Amino acid sequence: MGQLPNLNEFMRISRRILAGLATASLAVSVTSCGGGSDTSGSFDDTVTVGILHSLSGTMAISESTLVDTEKMAIAEINAAGGVTVGGKSYKIDYIVEDGASDWPTFAEKSKKLIDQDGVPVVFGGWTSASRKAMLPVYESKDAFLYYPIQYEAQECSNNIFYTGASPNQQSEPATDFMFKRSPAAGKPFFLVGSDYVFPRTSNTITKEQLKSLGGKVVGEDYLPLGNTEVAPIISKIKKALAPSGGGVIINTLNGDQNVAFFKQIQDAGITPSNGYYVMNYSIAEEEISTIGPEFLEGHYGAWNYMMSIDTPESKKFAADFKALYGSDRVVADPQESAYNMVYLWKQAVEDAGTFENSAVREALVGQTFDAPQGPVEVMPNHHLAQTVRIGLIKPEGGFEILEETDGVVFPQAWNQFEPSSKGYACDWTDPSKGERYKL
Amino acid sequence: MLLDSLFNGVAIGSVLLVAALGLAIVFGLMGVINLAHGELMMLGAYTTYVTQLIFKLPLLKTYYNAYVIVSIFFAFIVSGVVGILLEKTVIRKLYGSPLETLLATWGVSLILQQFVRSVPLAYGTGLVISLIIGLFLPSVFSSKVKESINFKYVKFSSWIFAALVGVLSGNLISSSVSKLSRASARNVDVTAPAWMRGQVEILGTAFPKTRLMIIIITLISVIAITLFLNQSAWGMRIRAVTQNREMSDCLGISTEKVDVLTFGIGSGLAGVAGVAVSLLGSVGPNVGGNYIVGCFMVVVLGGVGNLLGTIFASFGIGIMTDLIGAGRLLSIWPDMPLPLSNTINFFATTSMARVMIFALIVIFLQFKPTGLFPQKGRMVES
Repeated sequence: MGQLPNLNEFMRISRRILAGLATASLAVSVTSCGGGSDTSGSFDDTVTVGILHSLSGTMAISESTLVDTEKMAIAEINAAGGVTVGGKSYKIDYIVEDGASDWPTFAEKSKKLIDQDGVPVVFGGWTSASRKAMLPVYESKDAFLYYPIQYEAQECSNNIFYTGASPNQQSEPATDFMFKRSPAAGKPFFLVGSDYVFPRTSNTITKEQLKSLGGKVVGEDYLPLGNTEVAPIISKIKKALAPSGGGVIINTLNGDQNVAFFKQIQDAGITPSNGYYVMNYSIAEEEISTIGPEFLEGHYGAWNYMMSIDTPESKKFAADFKALYGSDRVVADPQESAYNMVYLWKQAVEDAGTFENSAVREALVGQTFDAPQGPVEVMPNHHLAQTVRIGLIKPEGGFEILEETDGVVFPQAWNQFEPSSKGYACDWTDPSKGERYKL
Repeated sequence: MLLDSLFNGVAIGSVLLVAALGLAIVFGLMGVINLAHGELMMLGAYTTYVTQLIFKLPLLKTYYNAYVIVSIFFAFIVSGVVGILLEKTVIRKLYGSPLETLLATWGVSLILQQFVRSVPLAYGTGLVISLIIGLFLPSVFSSKVKESINFKYVKFSSWIFAALVGVLSGNLISSSVSKLSRASARNVDVTAPAWMRGQVEILGTAFPKTRLMIIIITLISVIAITLFLNQSAWGMRIRAVTQNREMSDCLGISTEKVDVLTFGIGSGLAGVAGVAVSLLGSVGPNVGGNYIVGCFMVVVLGGVGNLLGTIFASFGIGIMTDLIGAGRLLSIWPDMPLPLSNTINFFATTSMARVMIFALIVIFLQFKPTGLFPQKGRMVES
């Protein structure tokens, strides 16, 4: 037994430790946490999957909702008996990794999940930049990433499964609606976005589409990420759209920038009552409540899933989520997409009878699922066929669904309006076609 | 058209100016590179948010319309007190070593950012309240008490009292405003009261009211700080110390007090800037970081240590941003030759306008490295 240190020294040391702890707890955020869900019933074995989203940094606000939803889907599957593969029932366990809103970290953590933890599948990503950073990792290791966000497409990897909307499942029907059937039908368009790949690609597609519809784009501007000074953009919008008594603004701004944008356009009189209508591609239920419905009322949004869909599946999805995480929480399109992909993976694994990648990939194509948004189906280009909805933002928040497509819209990995990809498609079920072939 | 353009330029410039004003004092007069300046602004913005929620309580609801005005004072005090604490604990030890100051204040900025993410705002408010009481309570005692040997016990017990009040008020706010009782990294929103929304028409041109409000806040801050520095006794002492520290010390000016005061005022002004930016966008942990580069740019361009330079520099940058970014030159001179108009069109986006302005500033500083209005006279350093 060692000698007790004298009281003074003890105090000094413990004070130092306390100070260290205090600083550490302030500066360091949780980097990773493993864990499972409640065990109910007995399982023959366990399978561990990877979840990789930003839990810290700028994107944490959005991406943490996906982690919540994916955990919920896994818990539901486990409660219903887990995954049955080859006559054995498996409980799904998961490892959550933090991408830290830093794109190289996403690649690094992907490597860790695949090599060190040996997970058969990773559910992850939000920004296109994070996906682009992860793509080479999954391709070189022939692993599989499930990516749940609506994005600019122009990509079709054999090792990624995209459950979000491609542009022809979001921006194209939305542009069509705004040009033909909105209160600003026939009026000119102004395109506003944050300065990175999604808004720029999406707007290129919109411009080409409007050209073929006979519409007019009178201006376009991009706000550098992190910049919230929107005064020059507002005066440009006014100058461009005022002569025709209003018009359509297509908005692909990111997160916080939307708050500055909507607060200031309202002050500048760019409102629905003055003939200006904003169509948003990045504002879902969550963002409406953060920005404040009083700024967004009367503007539009386009998504595959909206919380106000009046079906038992949709209501159950929203109610389950609220029951698990609190009654003030909302569900939105990205979450629904994340929820679907976990179920689709489960179905594909069960059909393949193995967790082995190439067999699961084959079994995945053609899977159907009764999602909260309605039936969805996995297409040969690793994207989902899904329904598209146009919603009007209500004064109390949320969307009033104005239109929905008859049945599903088939995804285009290569956009047919964009000149560089026109006439191309992607099909992974046919070895002679693959990533990009001429139609 | 011209009026509209001028107003836009002034509006952008006044946001820059109110944000840079505090830095012009801290960096310009004291020579302290304070990278936590943006986070002091953030504290001001969060103060506005907390004030807004408190004014929504039934007791204060009738005065809701005035909350922005009240929050300007609160923000000044909150950021000022945090600034004073920062000066007393960190910066004071690092005078004369700019590199270490830079690193230390950057560290402080990270701590402050994580603080608002991890600590519920109600308890954050409680902590600030106890800091205010703890720092100022000892100074209300008469000098007789202060000179007694037991004063350190008085000081100690007033800190205990402050902590008690802080905990109580933290709990009170937390229980009465549920939005403040949980920590969240989510951005929050300050909604201007109805009388500050919409626009007013002057000479046939419509101006957004929030922008006018920010211009007024900026104007008042500039006038107040100019009067303070030029007319009051403490202002004179501050100017004396900035010009020649040793000589002022010899003449009996307490340089320590001057340092605290200067830093406190600079930080308080950052808080006021926080109120202004909270009216424009959302309030989040990163809100200050978006402005810090612009602030340093303004102070350097204007000439370090010169308030007038800061004013000219921020309005200059504001007007240039609007002229280039909104492509106004084209509408002023529509028939300009094609190559020229193409170039102007190329730069007429927000991203490219920023590139252009930074390039122009760099070129300008090549010819006048000390800025628009360099400090004249004999300085300590020269």
